[in-house]
Amino acid sequence: MLITCPYCGPRDVIEFTYQGDGNRERPDPASQNFEAWNAYVYDRLNPAGDHNEIWQHSGGCRAHLRVVRNTLTHEISSVGFARGDHASAARRNAEDKA
Amino acid sequence: MVERQSPLEPEFHVGSHGNFEHGVEILLTETRPGSIVQLAAWPGEEKKLIAAIRTVTGLALPDGAGGGSSDGVKSVFGFAPGKFTAADEAEGLAAAFNKVVTPAIGTVTDLSHGRTAIRIAGPKAEWVLAKFFAIDFALPAFPVGAGRSAAHHDVFAQIQRTGADQFDIYVFRSFARSFWKALCHASEEVGYEVQ
Ligand SMILES: [Zn+2]
Repeated sequence: MLITCPYCGPRDVIEFTYQGDGNRERPDPASQNFEAWNAYVYDRLNPAGDHNEIWQHSGGCRAHLRVVRNTLTHEISSVGFARGDHASAARRNAEDKA
Repeated sequence: MVERQSPLEPEFHVGSHGNFEHGVEILLTETRPGSIVQLAAWPGEEKKLIAAIRTVTGLALPDGAGGGSSDGVKSVFGFAPGKFTAADEAEGLAAAFNKVVTPAIGTVTDLSHGRTAIRIAGPKAEWVLAKFFAIDFALPAFPVGAGRSAAHHDVFAQIQRTGADQFDIYVFRSFARSFWKALCHASEEVGYEVQ
């Protein structure tokens, strides 16, 4: 599996570290809404298909990336920096689909 | 001035090695820069940092990811978004940057004692490096001056191409000897010389 890092270009998956489900919305650290915290820690969409994920290019530029990976085929349909416009666009996409 | 010891020393054997009967195709050296500095810009401050790099080193960075430049004495290249490695034969580069890179622009980290710079040169340099890193070393994909971040068996390496068949590799000082040994082994089949 190759991930095309927006900085480094196409690199082998061995250079990357999975940082978890990209659909999670972390509650405010001061929040006492336990349902929201429970959802953040445990609730996952677990889709058979496109999945928003956070990966770090830990063996390269070390940037955190927002990746859309198909859980059935491993096809990667989009990669962008987790910070920046792409992140909010991917999140909006996920919200539209949900 | 105290002489800085090389971490490669016990495995640094000057001379020709490996299969060199038909000629030496790899030259391995330690460039021992006096300064190695890492620079990082806060988001949105990248242009100011690039201007500061030009002020201090006289080197203009080309646009784009991994862009870099070298004049043979000073070198600089991008290795991550908004982050750059700069090296100089002389000491004192971090102090020079500290005067120009204000806290509002970004950070300056002196890595002069934390990294070892190894130079691999010769007609088989691309061939040998391709055994270590799954990246495209061909000249059109990796132009002179450009930098790349990669890892070999979890040892980070920042690679700058400083000539058509010459690359400078910056590795952690504590891993430099084992990386150097691996580089020597990988160069045996084509014949290499340590200078
Ligand atoms: Zn990268």
